[in-house]
Amino acid sequence: MRSMPGKTLYDKIWDAHVVDTQDGEAILYIDLHLIHEVTTPQAFAGLRANRRPVRRPDRTLAVADHNVPTEGQALGVDAVADEEARLQLQTLARNVKDYGIEFFPMGDVRNGIVHVVGPEQGRTQPGMTIVCGDSHTSTHGAFGALAQGIGTSEVEHVLATQTLRQKKSKNFRVRIEGEPAPGVGAKDFALAVIGEIGTAGGTGSVIEFAGSAVRALSMEGRMTLCNLTIEGGARAGLVAPDETTFAYLMGRPAAPKGGAWEMALSYWKTFFTDEDAVFDREIVLDAAQIAPTVTWGTSPEDVVAVTGLVPAPESFETPDKRASAVRALDYMGLSAGQPITDAKIDVVFIGSCTNSRIEDLRSAAQIAAKALEGGHRVAEGVRAMVVPGSGLVRAQAEDEGLDEVFKAAGFEWREPGCSMCLGMNPDKLTPGQRCASTSNRNFEGRQGRGGRTHLMSPAMAAAAAIAGHIVDVRDYL
Amino acid sequence: MQPFTRLDAPAAPLPLANIDTDQIIPKQFLKTVEREGLAKGLFYDFRFDPEGREKPEFVLNQPAYQKAGVLVAGDNFGCGSSREHAPWALMDFGIKAVISTSFADIFYNNCFQNGLLPVVLKPEEVQQLMDEARGGNHVVSVDLEAQTVTSPSGTQFTFDIDPQRKAKMLNGLDAIGETLQVAASIDTYEMKRALSQPWLEGA
Repeated sequence: MRSMPGKTLYDKIWDAHVVDTQDGEAILYIDLHLIHEVTTPQAFAGLRANRRPVRRPDRTLAVADHNVPTEGQALGVDAVADEEARLQLQTLARNVKDYGIEFFPMGDVRNGIVHVVGPEQGRTQPGMTIVCGDSHTSTHGAFGALAQGIGTSEVEHVLATQTLRQKKSKNFRVRIEGEPAPGVGAKDFALAVIGEIGTAGGTGSVIEFAGSAVRALSMEGRMTLCNLTIEGGARAGLVAPDETTFAYLMGRPAAPKGGAWEMALSYWKTFFTDEDAVFDREIVLDAAQIAPTVTWGTSPEDVVAVTGLVPAPESFETPDKRASAVRALDYMGLSAGQPITDAKIDVVFIGSCTNSRIEDLRSAAQIAAKALEGGHRVAEGVRAMVVPGSGLVRAQAEDEGLDEVFKAAGFEWREPGCSMCLGMNPDKLTPGQRCASTSNRNFEGRQGRGGRTHLMSPAMAAAAAIAGHIVDVRDYL
Repeated sequence: MQPFTRLDAPAAPLPLANIDTDQIIPKQFLKTVEREGLAKGLFYDFRFDPEGREKPEFVLNQPAYQKAGVLVAGDNFGCGSSREHAPWALMDFGIKAVISTSFADIFYNNCFQNGLLPVVLKPEEVQQLMDEARGGNHVVSVDLEAQTVTSPSGTQFTFDIDPQRKAKMLNGLDAIGETLQVAASIDTYEMKRALSQPWLEGA
């Protein structure tokens, strides 16, 4: 007897969370709801207006990250200079108090970027459904959790019902096989994938990352990869949980303990894609062919190997893509055909939910330490900032002496937050400034009006800080 | 969302066409962290002069209409941006139904997300309501179940509405309300999960 075709990891998580269906929409149970100050005020206001409680405050966790300054956090929210930011932060504090939601406020060592905090606390676990009013919620997919960004109305819906109304997406698998060259890692994989499929390539799909090169990644690397899934158009990315996942989770504050750990482990191990599962689409990349990768334009799909040249608009297939390239080159102040390594850097930003975890800081610090040995520091005229993803990442880095390395090499060592990723707090580019950034979006004005962003890995960004222009990190290893 | 069944309330006449959402609530009120409190920005430039003083001639500033629950307006009400602040502001002021000959699409949709009833009547009917609302008795009855509007003098008009939207309004069902209809399924799911994944309880 022929059995049912196999299920993908996404199918299994989906099926395990369908509570009911209504009008052709599934009502999906949500295991973890992460919230922050920017996308929740109206959601709580909606609850109040309708006198609705938060259904599961115990499955909700709040942090303050988007608006916070990355210095002087010990002074508290009332000292935040920006009036609107201060109000949003104060509003969050009031809402979590009124509804009994756990909150790591600004200045608490556990606070930080929401997508760093969830995993770090062991809240993010395999097989879960996770939502947050932030598109980079895809990060948590690194644990084999279905994690997606939602809008404010949906935030309110989840607060009230602990469910999300949704239609199922397609299954898309990206396999990265083989061994990457030294100096090439998850950020390069992610940029290469986006370069391959385009920023809308994953629209309507959930992407499962698989293959030997993905298996070999640390949890930090998998988080970087899944974080950037949304830049490829997919609302969620997934990596099946394995021993690397379980080892990361063990002992974390919210991870199950004792007998519950064993029980959880056997449950988590059921979340993998069956051999005979069918994907709607699949692509395979050879890790050995991926070079350190940077962006040259104003879309995450505008990628080039660091050894490459800025492309000519004529090289694009369609008239609208050619027009976009002309506009991007003008905005970025670059010329077609010039080596990307010609791009001189004004600012280096090492941080964001993409690359602010301990492993990211270690790889950047390694470049800084090597430079110091050779008598080099951050290049003249370059402002280089390192912004740890959470207070705990910051503390661990300090225990390891990374802060001393950074400071000795001329980097600023700042307090945790979203910082210069999105220009909602004091860390912004000024018009025309060019930034080597470990963040996730190189959109026009994203890091500050007129700012020019080149996305790259932490090691590449650190090397650019030392050189004063984009460089191939492999020359600095 | 509060159910809308029947409303008996003073109607304020606003005989202007193409009232856009910028007029309903100007941009300086969009920075709020609340949906509540937007009444202060409702028709701000109609209600206040540049110095912030009330314009006594504007209908909603007149004592007879300060408690208006129904707005009777000209063609194409709610055109312009998609801001949901527009229905929020109207409702915060106490307006629960808007009667016009036509509404802009997005605004019309936004009304149903928030329990604000948009009623489309014929031009001559809107005109009659407008005229009667200017008089001493200006209480209008809107009955959603019967799909009727009764003017202050007792003339009854009927209106059309999508049956599913009507049902959701009558039951006060926004997406959350709709989902809460299957609250028992959520309860059951949670009970099963508490047994199979006990480590997620009380974390």
